[in-house]
Amino acid sequence: MKYGYYPGCSLERNAGAYHQSTLAVAAPLGIDMVEVDDWNCCGATEYFSINLLPAYALVGRNLALAQAQGASDQLVAPCSACFLNLTKTDRYMADSPELAAQVNTALAAGGLHYTPGSVRVRHLLDVIVNDVGYDVVAARVARPLAGLRVAPYYGCLIVRPGYGGVFDDPEHPTTLDRLMRVLGAEVVDFPLKAQCCGGHMTQITQEVALEMIRRLLKNAADYDADVIVTVCPMCQLNLDVYQTNVNQFFKTDYMIPVLYFTQLMGLAFGASPVDLGIGKEFVDARPALSKIGVSVPAAESARKPGGASKEALPMPRMEEKPR
Amino acid sequence: MAASATTARAPTFLDEVIARTPGDPHLERCIQCGTCGGSCPSGADMEHTPRGLFALITAGMKDQVLRSNTPWYCVSCYYCTVRCPQKIHITDVMYTLKRMAIDEGYYTESTAREAPEFSKTFIDFVESNGRSFELGLATVHHLRHRPLNAVSMAPMAIGMLRRGRMDLTPTRIKGIKQLQAILQRAKELGGAA
Repeated sequence: MKYGYYPGCSLERNAGAYHQSTLAVAAPLGIDMVEVDDWNCCGATEYFSINLLPAYALVGRNLALAQAQGASDQLVAPCSACFLNLTKTDRYMADSPELAAQVNTALAAGGLHYTPGSVRVRHLLDVIVNDVGYDVVAARVARPLAGLRVAPYYGCLIVRPGYGGVFDDPEHPTTLDRLMRVLGAEVVDFPLKAQCCGGHMTQITQEVALEMIRRLLKNAADYDADVIVTVCPMCQLNLDVYQTNVNQFFKTDYMIPVLYFTQLMGLAFGASPVDLGIGKEFVDARPALSKIGVSVPAAESARKPGGASKEALPMPRMEEKPR
Repeated sequence: MAASATTARAPTFLDEVIARTPGDPHLERCIQCGTCGGSCPSGADMEHTPRGLFALITAGMKDQVLRSNTPWYCVSCYYCTVRCPQKIHITDVMYTLKRMAIDEGYYTESTAREAPEFSKTFIDFVESNGRSFELGLATVHHLRHRPLNAVSMAPMAIGMLRRGRMDLTPTRIKGIKQLQAILQRAKELGGAA
């Protein structure tokens, strides 16, 4: 199966582990991806707040490049925000000939043109569960994730609002749950699995942002998750990198590693942790991964436990629930 | 554009908001049920819930609406949009209100004025390079708004650099001139439908 590939800015750097692990699992699954040459940023959630038509034109250039380069009529985006912006622009251009004409007038200044509907944008999770299928994934599992308790975190934009078509329920999605079960993991109930991580709020107001992140960490901890698995670089960044800030702010002591779903797939397929970018996370994933017999070289690893400040009172701990 | 915006009477603030939102956001259909605010993950910290804000829009209370932190506290998660029984494109309306607050200068009076400046800084890097640049963005944003906080953010930045998760210099696309020409033309064309 051949697809165009739009990694997006996050996968270039802060979510390099997502890029690395995506490529590592794509090959054994027969997903052949050709990166769009010279793609640009999708504008995230910022450009639509400032200037509408340039925001569409920014995304439009990527769609036009994908159409012109013609690797495939399907384009894979692993980042939820990129996925949203690409599907939204395609859909709004298709729905409004007036908007399509304006975007194309702008694109013409760069010698480009985009025909709405000519590129179908897909999220990576959708491609893996629906095009590849659970059976093919199951057949690749060499090291089942038995005993690893996984909280499947979808976040918002891959399930809502469905500009590119709906592949899972917008409030109670299950595709990632099922995929993790196929890998042999124990999937915990995670009621907040489709709640937002707060996106850019950490840069706007810390109090609001940290509370949104705290809720998600608490929910995963309440269900004894060993690891939170995510499909989005923004979600990973907020839950992982800001976990220490949450602990300092709320005097909590969460230590829940946050990994990309492709990293767990790669581990189940038998790939080495280093080849999957494991060790780039802030919250050390080694204790969780030791449960499935995976050891990560110490040099690769991350932060020591003990997020709460030294002045904090000792927190009462719930007794470990029998499993 | 909705029918209400094309009648002969002078356009109301509601008409203006609808006209500046792509497609038809159906904002005039709001029945004040409150499903939006109840679904909103940041609703508790908003000065007005989305429902309250829509009542203010209908009442023509432009100043209160465009000074509110509500649109800036919208995290664009689309929960309200998929749950709204009237199928109002709430997230799109929030983006419209953000643009209006910037265009008409109201945002400087908002308690959330850091938000539009963050968006602008982000976009400045994209317009110059074609890609976002996290280190530059974080540095400029924090130094401008909370220099003391910037110092406390340093360990995080060092952690990102040490793990190879942040670049020291921006990446520039080959077709940056082409992209800038496209964005320039788009700006000249002005607001889309």
